[in-house]
Amino acid sequence: MEGIGILNTAGTGALARERADEETQTVTRTASDENLKYKIRDLNLYYDTTQALKAINMDIKPHEVTAMIGPSGCGKSTLLRTLNRMNDLVDGCRVEGKVILDGTDIYGNIDVNELRRNVGMVFQQPNPFPMSIYDNIAYGPRIHGERNKARLDQIVEESLKKAAIWDELKDRLKKSALGLSGGQQQRLCIARALAVDPDVLLMDEPTSALDPISTTMIEDLIQEMKDNYTIVIVTHNMQQAARISDKTAFFLLGEMVEMDSTDVIFGQPRDKRTEDYITGRFG
Amino acid sequence: MNENSSRYKRVRGVDKFMTGVFYGIGGFFILLLIVLAAYIIVKGITSIYPGVFSFTSMGIGNQFFNTIYLVFLSLIISVPLGVAAGSYLAEYARKGRLTEMITMSIEALSSLPSIVVGLFGYLVFILMTGMKWNLLAGAMAVTILSLPAITTTTRDALAALPAHYRSGSIGLGATRWQTLWHVLLPACVPRIITGVILVAGRGFGEAAALLYTSGQSTVLNWANWDITSPTCPLNVFRPGETLSLHIWVMRTEGSMNPHSVEIANVSSMVLIIMVLGFSLLARYLSRKLDEKNKGAAK
Repeated sequence: MEGIGILNTAGTGALARERADEETQTVTRTASDENLKYKIRDLNLYYDTTQALKAINMDIKPHEVTAMIGPSGCGKSTLLRTLNRMNDLVDGCRVEGKVILDGTDIYGNIDVNELRRNVGMVFQQPNPFPMSIYDNIAYGPRIHGERNKARLDQIVEESLKKAAIWDELKDRLKKSALGLSGGQQQRLCIARALAVDPDVLLMDEPTSALDPISTTMIEDLIQEMKDNYTIVIVTHNMQQAARISDKTAFFLLGEMVEMDSTDVIFGQPRDKRTEDYITGRFG
Repeated sequence: MNENSSRYKRVRGVDKFMTGVFYGIGGFFILLLIVLAAYIIVKGITSIYPGVFSFTSMGIGNQFFNTIYLVFLSLIISVPLGVAAGSYLAEYARKGRLTEMITMSIEALSSLPSIVVGLFGYLVFILMTGMKWNLLAGAMAVTILSLPAITTTTRDALAALPAHYRSGSIGLGATRWQTLWHVLLPACVPRIITGVILVAGRGFGEAAALLYTSGQSTVLNWANWDITSPTCPLNVFRPGETLSLHIWVMRTEGSMNPHSVEIANVSSMVLIIMVLGFSLLARYLSRKLDEKNKGAAK
């Protein structure tokens, strides 16, 4: 069942692939699209027979923070997980439509491991591996082939600095990451994602398991990282979306109801359902 | 009110009584172990005679070495196989009839009587290969006995890991194999080690499976390091009687040996100390590794 879309393109041979590449290249060159990181077109997603995402069309600009909000079960996390194909791991999950990243359909004939290196992910529950802080950060570079000790040292330091946690951890790099507090663990996980040098960072409710101080730290970090990365964040917390995002998309029952700049969504939303949700009438 | 308070009194009485019963049962088991171990150890110590620990036909040194060597050989085969099988079941196998059949086979395998495995080993490893009784055949028979335990230990340890270890690794672009090898299996090491040590403990005490595989004789020359020679200690194709088998032989057919009863007593003592020691080592090691993983040591 896994990814029928993948099988289709995988079977068509080298010639068709070349043609597809040419097509996508011409697509990339058109002026209005050059400013887009992701273009999502007519995306439908099914878990066996249940449709979880319905005809999603969405653009994500680089170096912006895009927030996805909506009540539980609205499909926002599912959509986030289609952006680096984490849904491939779910049995019975089927995707139709296009998710175009930098001009290439990621449900086409691509290297999924390279895709996930390029599109990092931070999860709701901080999930450091049961190994040292150093090894947690070095894990990504190592599996992608980096063996040079000096280079790894450098990556670990840079990544921890980018995640604003170097000063706290530099003297205990050899200690287990599981001994850290929840907030430290989450920033460690951000550093771990940054260590493989991604362009995009997907964050799935990254602060919902954290205390308010840690939450503020992560939010500040997101603001800083915006210059270098494209960030897509799923959040339950509407104040958070309003605080940190440039664009906000509102989801309901597997549909994208509305997407606009965050000021508009929280100021004068066009759709009645969006207004009801952000004013707390349901959800 | 009065009726109620007398009821409470009765309920509390039953509670106290049952607590006592459970403590009693627990105490009984501890007592059983202590009495058994003490009896065997005291009997063993009083049976010691000069030369009992020597590596000659009058001592049990050779049998002691055979026991350890055989279990070691068996672990070399069974640990990679068992860990691989457990990894397959936990990480790769899809739910279905095939997986169910494999699981059922493993359960059936784990309840095989060891004498049946011994005779099977005799048939396959000795008769069908045309070899004499040898250590490797014994090690393989013990492997059949220990594979199910290592497989299920590995499978259960992997299944008990948080799912977010997997998603974290896959999310960084790792393959399934990289995830298994670099994250999941290392996280399971404490539990797998515990399982392996318990299996080793069982291997030390195994007798029936070895009767017709590794054989009931041992002639070693400790100056002979030619690996192809049948008297070289490290030769895996030589017969090698283990301690537990030696006990059985000494108490049944060993009447030719003037020290047979003493040898059996001392061997029993050595065996029980080995098994107890291994259990303690298993607990200690897995606790240490667990602490290291959890980062308790700061």
